[in-house]
Amino acid sequence: MQEAVIKRAKELLADGSVNRVVGWKAGEFAYDTTPAVFTSAEELDAGFIYNDFCAPNLSKYIIKESRKEGKLLVFLKPCDTYSFNQLVKEHRIIRENVYIIAVPCTGKVDVDTVKSKGIKGITGMTSDGENVTITTLYGEKTMPKSETLGDKCRTCKSKKHVIFDEIIGDDGEVNTDGARFELVEKLEMMTPDERYDFWRNELSKCIRCNACRNVCPACTCESCVFDNPNSGIQQRAATDSFEENMFHLIRSFHVAGRCTDCGECTRVCPQNIPLHLINRKYIKDINEFYGDYQAGSDLETRAPLNDYTFDDCEPSIVYKRGGNE
Amino acid sequence: MFRLPADKLNEFFAAIASAQSLYIPVDGDDGRASYKKWTEGTALSKALNTVRSAKDFFFPQTTDICDFNMNGKNIEIIDNRTESEDFVIFGVRACDARSFTILDKVFLAEPIDTYYATRREHGTVITMACTEPEENCFCGVFGIDAAAPEGDAACWMTEDSLYIKANTEKGEKFIESIKSMLEECDSSAVDAQKAKTKEILEKLPFANVSTDYFRKNTLLDIFGSEHWKKLSESCLGCGTCTFVCPTCQCYDIKDYDTGHGIKRYRTWDSCMYSDFTRMAHGNSRNSQVERFRQRFMHKLVYFPDNNNGEFGCVGCGRCLSRCPISMNIIKVIKTFGEE
Repeated sequence: MQEAVIKRAKELLADGSVNRVVGWKAGEFAYDTTPAVFTSAEELDAGFIYNDFCAPNLSKYIIKESRKEGKLLVFLKPCDTYSFNQLVKEHRIIRENVYIIAVPCTGKVDVDTVKSKGIKGITGMTSDGENVTITTLYGEKTMPKSETLGDKCRTCKSKKHVIFDEIIGDDGEVNTDGARFELVEKLEMMTPDERYDFWRNELSKCIRCNACRNVCPACTCESCVFDNPNSGIQQRAATDSFEENMFHLIRSFHVAGRCTDCGECTRVCPQNIPLHLINRKYIKDINEFYGDYQAGSDLETRAPLNDYTFDDCEPSIVYKRGGNE
Repeated sequence: MFRLPADKLNEFFAAIASAQSLYIPVDGDDGRASYKKWTEGTALSKALNTVRSAKDFFFPQTTDICDFNMNGKNIEIIDNRTESEDFVIFGVRACDARSFTILDKVFLAEPIDTYYATRREHGTVITMACTEPEENCFCGVFGIDAAAPEGDAACWMTEDSLYIKANTEKGEKFIESIKSMLEECDSSAVDAQKAKTKEILEKLPFANVSTDYFRKNTLLDIFGSEHWKKLSESCLGCGTCTFVCPTCQCYDIKDYDTGHGIKRYRTWDSCMYSDFTRMAHGNSRNSQVERFRQRFMHKLVYFPDNNNGEFGCVGCGRCLSRCPISMNIIKVIKTFGEE
């Protein structure tokens, strides 16, 4: 896969179709890949990789990149294409400046998940798609790849690319088994007190590093309200539990209906807070109240929360009515 | 050197906690460790280190500075400090122990930061030697010995014993207070452990990373380098690296208007944030390249320039583990070093 990807990137650079390539750069230990811009065949040979360790979603970088001179090439995994589409729909990405090559994905290995199995001192990892071989300072280990996936991949929503100019490999299918809502359902079954305790326990860990906000492809305000000294809520730290809760609730409401469930918020949280569950609850509600809707799946459908139809349900009393009848 | 049988560890903690507050690394539901106040039944984590650093004890994320009460034309200043309780932090690793020395150079230099100084006076730091360092560890690059940590007293854990040795007067006092539980012993078991750990430390992937470049080149040459643009290219501008870092010490002071007075407080700040160094005239660093460069210039150039060559990094590896896009100080040092 990697050879095919690099070959196409070189061809497009050589014939002048694009002047740069946005992809993933190899790190020190196989798992620590960094998004990067490549401008020559030499740079591609030296550091470009595409494998089971390239989790970062590149779509958000294209907001800025697509405003620079010349056309760029970006490689997008299935879930990244939803974020990309959503950003095109919101007029944040200049589509005509981007050439997209869709690359297949069978889930990305998450080093924190591997470490949570008690594996220490990981100096290298390889994956054959089925199994992951891990070299450590304390010996070699092998485990099925399915056990190494992070939250975002364990409940993958789709292996289908929703936007691309060309594709390497075969396209996949949308996953319709609904498994990604299982944890949300579990939270719904809790009593309000239990649910409150669950979220207080999680959100009290927040250190307000803003990693979730800054990585989020739906968080694209030029200047965030939390960074604005005139807003009255510009904050470096949550000084009390109210702020701990409200930061995440405000942020999640702001991206509600636009969040494609790419899972980057949870992947990057240094405190391991399952932030994606907040927005996944909204996605589930939107599906139930307005019919199935997947943000970023196309460029045309009007988003339920931005649209008004005469038949819209009244979510506030929907349960009293016995559901969305 | 003193020895405590490992099965007496709980009684040992209970004895310390009966006299002062005791904090130890504890595993969370997700297996990630953080410092928690010891109460009966609290188990010591086996994790190599906590996700957040131990600097929180002396330089917490938020500190109340003072209150102002307005009464007509008079302003009353109220010092609302409450830190008067002695406490012990147990299980601090060598990297974090060294970070306190670095923070001391900032906060205990004139004018002394009394908020920090008070906490330092009240706190006793008991360190724990590492036996299973990880791939991201590089404390050795900064002359730190993970097998023989600093701190007021250092501990070594073996299968059947906890060994403890005082490094400072405060440490001696601490050992004196729990001496009835300990037996005096020689250092043979500890020496054996140190030798074993040393072998692993020498094999660590970053054991031989060199910081020479930052000593041999001038501030302006490094500042003006072409590398910064490429290195910072994918930086998200979040504050994760700065907030998990044991030596990052920048803060912001704010006033909160309560309607009938002012509460003045400070919080950690991050040079990675867009409004860091925003002043009345504007901002001196308007791009992420400049902010990113500031963080590494501070640790690798400005801090050593002002502190007899000591780098502002302790090689704990937290930023390597936690950066969302895996850009970090090792990649910066290596990029310059390979020039």
